[in-house]
Amino acid sequence: MIFTLNGKEVDVAAHPMKRLLDVLREECGLTGTKEGCGEGECGACTVLVDDEPVCACLVPFAQVHGADVMTIEGLAGDHPLQTAFVNEGGAQCGMCTPGMILAAAALGPKPSLEKVRTGLAGNLCRCTGYEAIYRSIRAAYENGKGVGEWESGSVGEEKPA
Amino acid sequence: VGVVGTSPPRKDGAAKVGGTAMYVDDITLPGMLHGRTIRSTIPAGRITNIRFDFDTTGFTILDYRDIPGKNVVALIADDQPCLVEQNVRHVAEPIVLLAHEDREKLLAANVVIEYERAEPVLDPLRSQQVLKHILIEKGRMSQGFAAADLVLEGEYRTGSQEHVYIETNGFIAVPEPNGGMTVHGSLQCPFYVHKALTHLLGMPDELVRVVQTEPGGGFGGKEEYPSMIAGHAALLAKKSGRPVKVVYDRAEDMWATTKRHPSIVRHRTGVTKSGKLVAMEVEVILDGGAYVTLSPVVLSRGCIHAAGPYRCPNVKIDGRAVFTNTNPNGAFRGFGAPQTEFAVEVHMDRIADALGMDAVRLRMINALKPGDATATGQKLGPDCSALMVLKEAVKRSGYKRKREAWRGTGRGIGLALFYHGSGFTGAGEVRLASKCSLATTERGVKILVASTEIGQGTRTMHAQIVADTLGVPFDQVEVAVPDTAVVPDSGPTVASRTCMVVGRILERCAIALKEQLGGLTPAEHFRRNGAIVITKQYEPPPGIVWDEEHYRGDAYATYSWACDVAEVELDPDTYEARTTKMTVVHEFGRPIHPVLARGQIEGGTAQGVGFALIEHVVMKDGAMVNAQLTNYTIPTTLDTPRINTIMLENRYPYGPFGAKGVGEIPMDGPAPAIVNAIRHIGLDVREVPALPEVLMHARIVARQSDAPRTTHHAPSR
Repeated sequence: MIFTLNGKEVDVAAHPMKRLLDVLREECGLTGTKEGCGEGECGACTVLVDDEPVCACLVPFAQVHGADVMTIEGLAGDHPLQTAFVNEGGAQCGMCTPGMILAAAALGPKPSLEKVRTGLAGNLCRCTGYEAIYRSIRAAYENGKGVGEWESGSVGEEKPA
Repeated sequence: VGVVGTSPPRKDGAAKVGGTAMYVDDITLPGMLHGRTIRSTIPAGRITNIRFDFDTTGFTILDYRDIPGKNVVALIADDQPCLVEQNVRHVAEPIVLLAHEDREKLLAANVVIEYERAEPVLDPLRSQQVLKHILIEKGRMSQGFAAADLVLEGEYRTGSQEHVYIETNGFIAVPEPNGGMTVHGSLQCPFYVHKALTHLLGMPDELVRVVQTEPGGGFGGKEEYPSMIAGHAALLAKKSGRPVKVVYDRAEDMWATTKRHPSIVRHRTGVTKSGKLVAMEVEVILDGGAYVTLSPVVLSRGCIHAAGPYRCPNVKIDGRAVFTNTNPNGAFRGFGAPQTEFAVEVHMDRIADALGMDAVRLRMINALKPGDATATGQKLGPDCSALMVLKEAVKRSGYKRKREAWRGTGRGIGLALFYHGSGFTGAGEVRLASKCSLATTERGVKILVASTEIGQGTRTMHAQIVADTLGVPFDQVEVAVPDTAVVPDSGPTVASRTCMVVGRILERCAIALKEQLGGLTPAEHFRRNGAIVITKQYEPPPGIVWDEEHYRGDAYATYSWACDVAEVELDPDTYEARTTKMTVVHEFGRPIHPVLARGQIEGGTAQGVGFALIEHVVMKDGAMVNAQLTNYTIPTTLDTPRINTIMLENRYPYGPFGAKGVGEIPMDGPAPAIVNAIRHIGLDVREVPALPEVLMHARIVARQSDAPRTTHHAPSR
């Protein structure tokens, strides 16, 4: 079956009802997409299908026929979100990170805090308490002024005394 | 100018954000089989028959008779079998192992087990079997209560909690040509697994090798159970002669592995009219589950922290962990302290109410100060910061103003003052005698420790300590993968010890190495003289005395201190409590890497919010019946409050660069702070999780001035 994977057209032979998650990990060798629960609750397997975040564990392979699929391997490694997730502590154990970064990328640039909180509500992180993820997204877009409606003074303001 | 106290990019950052970090399930080896565990479905009884109701061609099948060594998961008491022989003591106990190269065939295989059922003990209060009893006594209780103007009693309960590391447990075992066994897996304690495998396989130390794959979170959940899984994978690999991967799906991970010990804690406290604590009697009961595993030490930490960070001349803490026919409960961030500190902190707010005294003032009067002694008689030094964190939290959160302004509304604000001992309890660190090594390399130096990176930043923080001690750039310090064939036993990655204890040994290695380098850089020295390796062993700080038999003395080398303030809103229709903001003030010596340290505090706080309000392990007939992320929920972005983190410094002279432990303490405070905020709203809650049904049935707090103004939603009883 032909689809676009990280910008390249690929032809992959797999059962049409196989989970997209397994096709990516087993047939395509892209293990950056993680399985956390297998039932669409944790979002660790989030990939972008035609720019929309989906849980790859819930998508049968047949459904991406002709579609544009983006996994974490499709980002250059120095995408501003990736750099910021390293520098700001958005990544701890790293299991939710690929899905979290892709879900964050799907929010578009300079999302408001409310948009971030709603948009990432399907991506569970057990390590960070999410604050560092908010800071990472903020930092990724902070090359200019105005980061949507970020609350001022509530994120990362305190320094060690 | 050094790197300690700054936040360089974490060593494993690029691999984690790029998707190239290798977790156990990302690894596939040639000829590899998949393994599956067949488990008991009853809580107590005897196996009468096992039937294989499928075509067994191509399967590797084994049971306890295939174990070459001892059928135990070696840890403290060696009472837990790796595979059940005849008697089942809990649901999900492993009985038979299967392996096959085709995962679908493996999952379709039907093994029928017949049992003769026995009556299970599921209520810890009805268990007659005490697995560990601890008694801490100080002063004279009769004298204390005689001096009291008020005696207040209460019973507090905490529920079970599932770790929900996003990566489920897993191992790959590889049989070696020399007859040995190598396992690769997700774990916190490589040498625990190593010891367990040598017992199970009957192999000498040198034939067993344990290698850490990237662990996708641990939180204590990968402290003891990995020894079981590694054992299963190794037995299958040994019998089949092929590599075997055993990776749990989420349902099996939740159903079968350890959880936080449910607790029942009873307080009886004597206090004077002026608010001085004069007698604290505490009874602690932990549900240990079916085997000893780590329960004795969980109980120990729980009991030592049970009187809270308060000065009281007369204290009696009587704790017991009991056997029941549920899965063994195990290590989970905080390790008994979140349970007992919940009880004492909610009790303190009840005492304040009974005295008609402000909750902050009651704590100001009684909080431990340098020179005071804890329940075990440990005299605290200048590293005690209880008052500092309390005052800062009250100030930063606007506690007093909000406490007054929100009176009688559906909003509440509450606080909890708490502490947490860094490192192993009592003589534990001396017994562990951890070792660390530093080796010169052509690029600089390499750290050799068994401490694992479970997301908390071990690699990065250790490299900072070594870089600054040696005076070399951060990027010239590399960190070896924990591999028992390569690294010394620096102990388990638990107990808030990886920075303070292991980091301090590394600092001493670096000091010794620097002396040997004679002014050369490590790389120059390597080029001229070849590699040198420095190894150092743990040395306790001076003056630490611990009496294990009587539970007297210096329970921990030092403590970290914190105060959480929770702001909560109650939905008057659904009785759902929502935490809107947490102000958390922590003193843990000094942050080596402020970004990572803050990550520990924020992440632990969020886990504490889940523990307080939403995480509910539903047990039926001894088993977790909501073993899915659909039914067991952890905080999402929308459930997690904004967290305002304040890190205060009070450098500890015997930690590396002044650092103490920070890993666990953030878990101890959110639950009591949130329940105290709910109390401020007017509901007398004494258990967590404080689910809507708990709040709906809660009594109204007796203080009339604080009762909700809206009466139409008042509970009917």
